[in-house]
Amino acid sequence: MNPALRRGIGLAALASTAATVWLGLWVTPPSVQQGNLVRLVYLHPAIAWDALYVAFGLSAVCSLLYLWRRTRSLFWDRLAAASVEVGVVFNALTLVTGSIWGRPTWGVWWTWDARLTSTALLLVLFLGYLALRRVPAEPEVRARRCAVAALVAFVDVPIVHFSVNWWQTLHQNATVLNADLSPTIHGSMAWTLLLSFVALTLAFVWMVTVRYDIEVMRDQVGEEELEVSLAERWAEAQAAEPVMAGAGLPEGSAPPSPPTSGPAPLDPVLRPGEPAGSGR
Amino acid sequence: MWRDAVLVAGKDLRIEARSRVALWQVLPFAMLALVLFAFALGPGPDALRRAAPGLFWLAVLFSTVLATQRSYAVESGEGTRDGLRLSGLDPAGIFLGKAAAVFVQLALLEVVLWVGVTLLFGVRVHTTWLAVVACLLATVGLASAGVVYGALSAGLRVRETLLPLLVLPVVAPVLLAGSRAWSAAMSGAVASGVGWLRILAPFAVVYLAVGVALYGPLQEAA
Repeated sequence: MNPALRRGIGLAALASTAATVWLGLWVTPPSVQQGNLVRLVYLHPAIAWDALYVAFGLSAVCSLLYLWRRTRSLFWDRLAAASVEVGVVFNALTLVTGSIWGRPTWGVWWTWDARLTSTALLLVLFLGYLALRRVPAEPEVRARRCAVAALVAFVDVPIVHFSVNWWQTLHQNATVLNADLSPTIHGSMAWTLLLSFVALTLAFVWMVTVRYDIEVMRDQVGEEELEVSLAERWAEAQAAEPVMAGAGLPEGSAPPSPPTSGPAPLDPVLRPGEPAGSGR
Repeated sequence: MWRDAVLVAGKDLRIEARSRVALWQVLPFAMLALVLFAFALGPGPDALRRAAPGLFWLAVLFSTVLATQRSYAVESGEGTRDGLRLSGLDPAGIFLGKAAAVFVQLALLEVVLWVGVTLLFGVRVHTTWLAVVACLLATVGLASAGVVYGALSAGLRVRETLLPLLVLPVVAPVLLAGSRAWSAAMSGAVASGVGWLRILAPFAVVYLAVGVALYGPLQEAA
């Protein structure tokens, strides 16, 4: 990604977050029912939105695009991975902020409410995805495996949602995105709430782009480590060869020797199986 | 596709019938789980009876993990997976076959567990057809989801630890809906039980469809 654009997104995220903090803590009034606790509304729903809809939706779309032959590219795989990883952090934050909010309002840190339960299940689902990603494999193999896993997990989301919804629920219904799309809160609170969504989504996007670049660099490091160790092996074989020859071994039993042109560390020809298009 | 499915299911079931791993390891494990649950909850018959539906399905879930692991352990022999891949069988057929084999094993296991909870926990099912339908639907879902993830983790060195982490959260709705449906079947609350079947049925259909659609790419990735 263009560094200037990314810096722009980062700065916009910082500025809008600062504005949200200012509006949320000083400008908006406390609520009649919840007092100052209501200020968590400028944090918790926005985080949850990024985690539960943006992050996991994005990863599902990317996984689908990876599996579809015409758009297959490691770009989608890395974007999916970046999105899930940031999404898992946001998901955990959703649970933490929700828990902090739940203690004073509901009197408990945790309750087996439908949304809490499905959010927690989602966290575990995508932790599984990350665990699968950590299993070493060729980039293409891993990408395909993870894309399938992400999709299989994603189709579970509505089922989880409906099944846990049938339990009795404590959580208040969606405030902004309710059925008739008319927010049920007003004035400065509504604007601050909206701004918090913008701010945290910008922060999310910024983190995903950084995470994407890390993924690219990680793959590069893997390739370079392979090259270095290959070069080392060649050098070892070269050093060992005269000794072997001096020991009078028969011709056929000599260790495999490198091409006669001498050691060629970091020679691009020696890169075996380098994935095509991995530079994206 | 169907012919391939029958072939693969026949092969897997024949291996199970001859090796008896499911009979002598998975089944005793499930019964052991029931006994351990009873130890954990104490001998009071009321507590056990109330918890019985959940414990039944928990035992089924754990056995699903074992059964799918086993389903891919039989493919772990030298070149077996490549052989299956090169056999020219339709991937969707292989998926359906393996899922069918796991389904049959789990269904038998549920029969035994049913007897187990009846004898050990004093469970009496009031509306039998509800419990049976719940078992059938849930088992289709469990077998297909399990086989998809089994294929995903087959051949990995960390498969034993990875598979439960991948499968159990995904099949959590089955545990939820299955045990609610069973509670309803025990108390005769047919209407609420049928409601829970409406979770189990889509789960089964969705994971069958996912398996049929994605088994091809999955096989290439393994």
